[in-house]
Amino acid sequence: MSAGVLDVTPPAGARRTEAGALDMAHLSGGQRVAVRYFVVAIALFLAQIVFGVLAGLQFVYPELFYNVLDFSVNRMVHINAMVVWLLFGFIGSVYWLIEDEAGTELVGLRLAQANFWVLTGAVTAVVVVYLFVQIGPGTQASIWLINEGREYIEAPRWADIGIVACMLAFFYNVAATFMKGRWSGISGVLVLDLVALAGLYLAGTFYTTNISVDQYWWWWVIHLWVEATWEVLVGCIMAWGLMHTLGTSRRIVTTWLYIEVAMMFGSGILGLGHHYFWIGTPEYWLGVGGFFSALEPIPLVAMVVHAVYDSGRHGFRSSNHPALAWFIAHAFGNFFGAGVWGFMQTLPQINLYTHGTQWSSSHGHLAFFGAYVTINIAMIYMALQRWRGNVWMSGGLADGGWKWKWSLALLHVGIVGMTIALLIAGYEQSFVERAVGGSTWSAYFEGQTHPWFVQAMHWRNFFGYVMGIGLLLLIWDLLTIGRGEQRPIKDISQ
Amino acid sequence: MDAVPWWSSESLWRKIAIWVTAVMAVILIFLTFDTVAKITAGSDRVPAYSVINQRIYYRLDRDRGYQVPVIGSEAPLFGAALGEEDAEALVNLGKLTVQAKNCMNCHTLLGNGAYFAPDLTKAWLDPAWASEAVRERLMIDFLLDPEANARTFGTNRKMPHLEITEAEARGIVAFLKWMSAIDTNGFPAGFRPIRQEGDQ
Repeated sequence: MSAGVLDVTPPAGARRTEAGALDMAHLSGGQRVAVRYFVVAIALFLAQIVFGVLAGLQFVYPELFYNVLDFSVNRMVHINAMVVWLLFGFIGSVYWLIEDEAGTELVGLRLAQANFWVLTGAVTAVVVVYLFVQIGPGTQASIWLINEGREYIEAPRWADIGIVACMLAFFYNVAATFMKGRWSGISGVLVLDLVALAGLYLAGTFYTTNISVDQYWWWWVIHLWVEATWEVLVGCIMAWGLMHTLGTSRRIVTTWLYIEVAMMFGSGILGLGHHYFWIGTPEYWLGVGGFFSALEPIPLVAMVVHAVYDSGRHGFRSSNHPALAWFIAHAFGNFFGAGVWGFMQTLPQINLYTHGTQWSSSHGHLAFFGAYVTINIAMIYMALQRWRGNVWMSGGLADGGWKWKWSLALLHVGIVGMTIALLIAGYEQSFVERAVGGSTWSAYFEGQTHPWFVQAMHWRNFFGYVMGIGLLLLIWDLLTIGRGEQRPIKDISQ
Repeated sequence: MDAVPWWSSESLWRKIAIWVTAVMAVILIFLTFDTVAKITAGSDRVPAYSVINQRIYYRLDRDRGYQVPVIGSEAPLFGAALGEEDAEALVNLGKLTVQAKNCMNCHTLLGNGAYFAPDLTKAWLDPAWASEAVRERLMIDFLLDPEANARTFGTNRKMPHLEITEAEARGIVAFLKWMSAIDTNGFPAGFRPIRQEGDQ
């Protein structure tokens, strides 16, 4: 198949619409499902920032919403909104590209639509309970109905079952569509990765009294999602995205994808060991985890080389400038956030002092943004282009493209500013609380009240507001880019 | 188009990707069997729940180069020694309560969680509880009314009211005591525990 502009045609009988108008008639069945996921994803992104700002404010104004909307609730909604919106973005991205990649229509369109409403309804119910019920008594009923109390996967057990059911339906749709249509390197990796992604979630769906066993399996979900299967999933999306924005050949992106899978799973599966240093697990994990996690940045370097080389080779002639900019931001953000910031504290000799401090927070913010937020935004720009009738989104946009450029800049200034502020707080905390203070509660609070820590928290909040402004500008741009555009998409197949 | 050199061929890298992934997954599965056996309650690294009947120290192991938990003389929690089943039930109530009250989104446990409040790994051994004689009572009072018994150390960060019952509070204390006896490879480093009977 030759790379180039999207070749999925709207369903037969679709009415013709004006170019530049946001109209579902421009989209195929799978793409219509995809844009619904993208809309909810952006709404949850906004919620993530709002609750993140509230939690950040509570660090410096602890009385704020005390006993009403406590830090634990805000922080839980902040990180859960993030996980869910990124997943919605990934699912949307897969629905977006699947018909093009398989060369056929989505097998279960109604199933996909129903799945979307079930998943969105379940997420809404979980968040309402988080906000208005918050906690329960120390019984299994609380774990099943209110809150599982395990970071990142707090969703109660009933929702776990729903999530697994929805993921199975999603997986069926993806695999069956490729089976009906055609297979490719990208689709093969994608389907196998989805099996692992859905299967790993099961490791987080049981209760045990033993916290060491609990955290052992909990990391199977958290680490093997974000540092393995999610990375490979975005590798698939990136491969497809570079073909369609730059016209990179399929052979090149597929070979790179295999290289990335080899290096990502080669380092990331046993890199899981860097979470097994201090939870009661045997000492051999200090060596295994330290060694393999130190290798984890290598595939991320490969992704940067791949993206930059392909962009340069094609002279940055792209069919969608904002999407390409966000794809490149993904390559660099993934490398710095997941790779460099992760490596900085991954060896046990330093991790002993940084584990459980603001270092981890600094790494988490830059890594999630760099690796996953960026690529979802890139895919949303690609979707908007077609949603408006495959209009021009290369250089020379009507308003000079100031909104997408400024939102990209503000979101990056915000996240980098927060990352640095949190890193400074982490330096101070690991030194004052851990190395000098002996890790007692009194030492913890000595670290928290040190002027360097307090200043860092204020700066973190400031850059959080910058991110908020960047997000509002991004939403404004997503609502308006390409409106009234008469020029067709730039042909990059030559 | 130029011929593709063998080392950059799609088929070679596909095979490498499959083999590397398979080998790493198999190694992880073997290590998992070994690890789970070594962290089952009652093992050397993760003690049985009835350890709450004994005194727990955190002392430097010169051979390993860091502090490790040391199980000491009889010191039953709340003055009553429990059998293994009752001890497990009490620790289990504590663990369930810790999850149902969402403790992990302010605190860290074994270093994992949120960073708004102190790590709970060695909470049982923390010198903030003044002395062995009053520790249990202070912990229970704090959990039952965290606002009135707030210990904010100048930050004004107070634990919210979590509607914890007396039974749940006892469970939490049992869970914290049991957790402090887990061998965490020296985490947290340089910790200075509360003074206890039998300390040199």
